Amino acid sequence: MNAVNPYDRGQARILDVTAAWTLALLWSLPLLYAIWTAFHSPEYSTNFKLFAPLSLENFVKAWAAAPFAKYFVNTVLLVTMILVVQLVLCTLAAYAFAKYDFRLKGVMFALVLMQLMIMPDVLIVENYQTMGKIGILDSTLSIGLPYMASAFGIFLLRQTFKSVPKELDDAAAVEGAGVLQILWHVYVPLGRSVYLAYALVSISYHWNNFLWPLIVTNTVNSRPLTVGLQVFSSTEQGVDWAIITAATLMTSGPLLLGFLLFQRQFVQSFMRAGIK
Amino acid sequence: MIMAFTHYPAINTFISSFFLAGKGGAASEFVGLENYRFLLEDKIFWKVLKNNLIFASCTIPLSISLAMVMAFLVNAGLPGQAWLRLSYFVPTVLPMIAVANIWLFFYTPEYGLLEQVRRFLGFSGVNWLGSEKTALYCVIAVAVWKDAGFFMIFYLAALQQIPPSLGEAAMLEGASRFYYYRRVVIPLLMPTTLFVLVNATINAFRMVDHLFVLTQGGPNNASSLLLYYIYEVSFKFWDTGYGATLTLVLLLFLGLASVLQFGVLEKRVHYR
Repeated sequence: MNAVNPYDRGQARILDVTAAWTLALLWSLPLLYAIWTAFHSPEYSTNFKLFAPLSLENFVKAWAAAPFAKYFVNTVLLVTMILVVQLVLCTLAAYAFAKYDFRLKGVMFALVLMQLMIMPDVLIVENYQTMGKIGILDSTLSIGLPYMASAFGIFLLRQTFKSVPKELDDAAAVEGAGVLQILWHVYVPLGRSVYLAYALVSISYHWNNFLWPLIVTNTVNSRPLTVGLQVFSSTEQGVDWAIITAATLMTSGPLLLGFLLFQRQFVQSFMRAGIK
Repeated sequence: MIMAFTHYPAINTFISSFFLAGKGGAASEFVGLENYRFLLEDKIFWKVLKNNLIFASCTIPLSISLAMVMAFLVNAGLPGQAWLRLSYFVPTVLPMIAVANIWLFFYTPEYGLLEQVRRFLGFSGVNWLGSEKTALYCVIAVAVWKDAGFFMIFYLAALQQIPPSLGEAAMLEGASRFYYYRRVVIPLLMPTTLFVLVNATINAFRMVDHLFVLTQGGPNNASSLLLYYIYEVSFKFWDTGYGATLTLVLLLFLGLASVLQFGVLEKRVHYR
């Protein structure tokens, strides 16, 4: 643990502790509430009793009420597909930007960076028409396509590749390795932690993404979890909160679990993502 | 690929903003500045724009200052630090759409959690999301809750770069705690604040997921935001030409944010 500055010691601490925990309670209240409701039968949704019997019935009901299994498959497929293509494309592009000189390199890089501001989620109207033109509306591919060339990934990897000393490159070339071999055996292993960080950010972003998938999909065959959840909770179910919270938890469950397991890496990856 | 999904659509948006979408397969018709004229007269557009500006001017300062406070607290070596960090950060990882479901319950009239608390305190009921006065602010609260923990991470990273010896020196000089934070720590966090500010601005114009669950922009567009209005115009009324015109307005705001970003980058070079 790093040293603490002296202003954070002494009596001020009592105040700090109170403030910190009040805020933490406030911040986790929605989630705690959802967990409570999901694991108890509906009559306890608005009526809190410490020893109310636990039940898994809500999950069973929610699971049966909508094709969540299909949604899960779709989401996992989507997230994996995007990540794999992103990693390949960004690696190649970043390598080109980091190690080669070509005409208009500066302009091209600036054009790439523009995507950091104008993300695909904003250009929904045009992107929708593009998808219509190539005839892949309502497919997992159409959800992922606009995100596959990620400016953020290119930028992050370019920074990493730039810090690789030229000597390593040359040494590998002397050994007779081709460009792609060098990339694969020298650069990629050195960027391992950046890859991990990027993967975590990408997975959580696309697992949670909603607006664009909502627009391009309209059948169970391609809908990811987030869209499925919305369709599920907005159809008039007589608003059964217990079931909705159960569905909500199911949707975010895997990500939440992953977050708890990889907490350190998650936080660090977001930090790294911020240091541009 | 970036060309295909960022630049090409951005330019095309500009072009189609001059057209009126053809109904039922008919070719679109060139209407020149008609969409823009309509934009100026569109009362809903102005209302939505105003909402978005209110949304931005509430969420940005609130989430940034909360993030800063959270980072101070989490960096102070308090007991249970890991748990504190966890509870602040968790909202960031959850899908907005899922989170909105939970908040929907909080806001529900009659038996929602907020209402139960109010009734317990002896107030009369309020329809939080159903009233034009409160709907937008309910949406803002969710956005702040979601964003603050995310920005906290960046502040935390920056705080850990500040050597504790600075605090010791300030203390020896007899500076108060408040003075130390105001004159030493917060200025040192400036580059981070600028970075977070740009992100918060972009977020304020991009974040709409919770509207789908909470209010659908209502009542009477009281809580609608620009991107949500674009969605409605283009995909509910299928007026893609006008949708494109609206998208241009949105791009204008994002462009402003990016100009700011480049300003930030310039400044950062000076810092090093």
